Amino acid sequence: MRTLELDSLVIGGGAAGMAAAVECAERGCKTVLVEREASTGGVLNQCIHNGFGLHVFKEELTGPEYAHLFQKQMADRGIDVHPDRFVLKVDPQKKEVITIGASGATCYKPNALIMTTGARERSFANLRIPGTRPSGIFTAGVAQRFVNLQNRLPGKKAFILGSGDIGLIMARRLTLEGMEVLGVAELMPFPGGLARNISQCLDDFDIPLYLSTSVVEVHGKERLNAITLARFDPGTGKVLPGTRKTIEVDTLILSVGLLPQNELIEDFCEVDAINRGVRVDSMMRTSNPWIFAAGNNVTVYDLVDFVTLDAKFAGQMAATIIKGGRLAQSAIPLKRGKNVGAMTPGKVCAGGNPFTIFLRSRKVMEKGRIELGPGLLSRVHMGIRPSEMLEVKVTQGHLEKIQQMGWKELTISLEEVEA
Amino acid sequence: MERKLNVVVVGGGVIGALIAREFSRYECELTLIEKELDVGWGVSKANSAILHGGYDDPPGSVRARFCFPGNQMYDQLQSELHFDLKRTGSYVLAFRPSELPVLDELMQKARENGVEGCAIHSREQVLAREPNVRPDVEAGFFCPQAGITEPWMVAITAVESAKKNGLQLRLGEEVNGVQTVEEQGKRKVVSVQTPSATYPCDIVVNAAGLFSDEISRMAGAPCPELYPRKGEYILLDKKPAPLVQTILFPVPDKVSKGILVLPTVDGGTLLGPTAQDMDPDRKEDTSTTSEGFAQIFDHTIRMVNGIDLSKTVKTFSGLRPESPQKDFVLEKTPVEGFFNAAAMRSPALTSAPAIARYVVEDLVIEQAGFPLQRKIFFDPFIRPYAKVSELGPEEWEKKVRQDPRFGKMICVCNEITEGEILEAIERGATTIDGVKFRTRASFGRCQGGFCLPRIVEILARELRLPEDEVRYRSGASTLLGKKVRS
Repeated sequence: MRTLELDSLVIGGGAAGMAAAVECAERGCKTVLVEREASTGGVLNQCIHNGFGLHVFKEELTGPEYAHLFQKQMADRGIDVHPDRFVLKVDPQKKEVITIGASGATCYKPNALIMTTGARERSFANLRIPGTRPSGIFTAGVAQRFVNLQNRLPGKKAFILGSGDIGLIMARRLTLEGMEVLGVAELMPFPGGLARNISQCLDDFDIPLYLSTSVVEVHGKERLNAITLARFDPGTGKVLPGTRKTIEVDTLILSVGLLPQNELIEDFCEVDAINRGVRVDSMMRTSNPWIFAAGNNVTVYDLVDFVTLDAKFAGQMAATIIKGGRLAQSAIPLKRGKNVGAMTPGKVCAGGNPFTIFLRSRKVMEKGRIELGPGLLSRVHMGIRPSEMLEVKVTQGHLEKIQQMGWKELTISLEEVEA
Repeated sequence: MERKLNVVVVGGGVIGALIAREFSRYECELTLIEKELDVGWGVSKANSAILHGGYDDPPGSVRARFCFPGNQMYDQLQSELHFDLKRTGSYVLAFRPSELPVLDELMQKARENGVEGCAIHSREQVLAREPNVRPDVEAGFFCPQAGITEPWMVAITAVESAKKNGLQLRLGEEVNGVQTVEEQGKRKVVSVQTPSATYPCDIVVNAAGLFSDEISRMAGAPCPELYPRKGEYILLDKKPAPLVQTILFPVPDKVSKGILVLPTVDGGTLLGPTAQDMDPDRKEDTSTTSEGFAQIFDHTIRMVNGIDLSKTVKTFSGLRPESPQKDFVLEKTPVEGFFNAAAMRSPALTSAPAIARYVVEDLVIEQAGFPLQRKIFFDPFIRPYAKVSELGPEEWEKKVRQDPRFGKMICVCNEITEGEILEAIERGATTIDGVKFRTRASFGRCQGGFCLPRIVEILARELRLPEDEVRYRSGASTLLGKKVRS
């Protein structure tokens, strides 16, 4: 087995990994990015629609374009990308990473490890929907790959379960490519995807969105031939009697959530139960100081731009350590108050750099107040949606106040206010 | 020289596969006919995958006669065929003092059935071995002989072994007729019919699982009507840690052995089965139900702490062929040359090696007097499937040096490489499920979210099919439609 000593190792070459690698290399670190696929870019490669890059590049790009800009930055900085290489084990004691690829096994010994392993799609089986197990049921990402990269439609007549962004995007895509899309069902009383996608992918194509509705049974022995839908009482979560309806489709596309992937480190790094991702502090460190993390393996972001921004920051922080700098050690917990769902970071280093809190509301609010307390920040926001992340910038001034006051924890909460 | 006898085995489940392998030790023209596109896809693929200890079958029943001997034959079978097998041991757990006498009865039955090594463990012993068992457990009946396997791999590897020794395998052909003639006042089997061929035969063994009563009827041989008993299951992820190491049964009720919590050979946790008797016309209804899931949860949380359904990897249901007698039908029928291995309900998987030997040696040769001669050269071994993730990095690297495709990861959950997918195809897989059951690719927590498009690509390339002809399983189970751009 080959051994390779280096400054920083980035695992996963999606949006987060590319951004983190660029920042490390920019600061003179010998950086390698390990990617399990043949090329970097991750899911961006199959997202041929536009809407990426408004925050980072100040223009609307497609996924492949967005990825390409980072691939070019990596090439310009001489970053070694090791594609088609799969990580078998992260050893936090020996501080090494064992991988396998077509040229054999390699052991990397980096001074800092950056985990950017992203998320995977929640599977149909995980939903425990009763019925048969025919072909014709695809997660939206798999369907997207078939259509956009392998040039194949998944079927003729589709229904979409879950209103996550990729499901909405696929509703439009399949319609444009000649499939019939009968509708989108969402179990929650509000959509899971961005408002702009509801408008551009469903409304513009007259595809109905059924809220508080889900698939309760699938039918068909060999190929899917029908699904049964039912409406749910949002209060009790139970099926409303008399609302079951069976419709004929040969394809069911699922967009029912993304799950952060941390199998390599979850045995020794803290995981946040709500985000279901690895917990980082405001310096992007996991509970193991050798390991940094950023992107959808921390929490599922709404926009790739935010992934990029957090991952850049993680790259900068890792580079600081590698170059012999010190990062603030002590961190106080950042707790969720009322109405806060997914949120990162989980801890705040008052002696560290300014940073951004990304969070999701648990409910739709026409007008809401974000409070970071005790008494640090209070701000009113319009049109709060669980599908869209809120950004809260924590400044140098805020950090100084936290230190002055000697607070032992912070809480962030959301309160609905009269519109 | 006399012509060789023609032998047809109907059904490629574990029973038919092992019977075919037993016949392949003898000089004969041997054919196995299976209606699916692969073997092991019926009853064999959806059950608890347990090698039972043989302690609880009614003493004197056919089941009791074959279960323990079958269990004991698995070690040698495994050393020849290399499917996964773990002797985990099993517990029957009593949670109320009133259930304790049941454990004593099991000890008694175990003695009568000749099952060795069983013991009653105290609460402390049970909890020391299985810390996730609920601490209010009273005691446990422990059977060290019980274990777990991959039943479909038993069928797949047994057929591969039989093929190596001369078996003709006919997949995707459904038997729709069995012809017999009257000869000297006796009815005698002469051929087996499928839509595409007629197979002349001297000997037919009916191992058609749920449909063996129908095949028997085609031959005019008696067989009790079979009805399916549905068993639903929930499979939980191996991460973060396996919940149990031992097979855990509740004390049995009148209908079944109860709903279990048990490990799978690759480290997952299986919950189930339910036991619902179905009408005889629902032999293909493997649908799951929300009532079934609720029942599984309700029963298993009474035995084990820490069951987290958000870790569900897969739900499925299997159908077990049940007869009014609740026992195996294993006999030479009045139709000469036609033998039944039917009503293969639990513990048929465990009993299968002993059943297979009995069918060939006792029923066909001994009782019916067919003059089958042992082959001089029978090769019992097949090569193990490459499982590179079970090697250390150094050994894995050697494999990669032989073929770099063993370094190309396809299934990221179960760490299955392109080299292993290609091996599965080379050894008979023609479908997604064929690849999945041989390699465990797409069997993991993401259920093909990463690897499915890649496996479709590889299957299409290797089998020279357009991608829209790649199938999930049999029949109309294609995955993809037309090209987006031609």
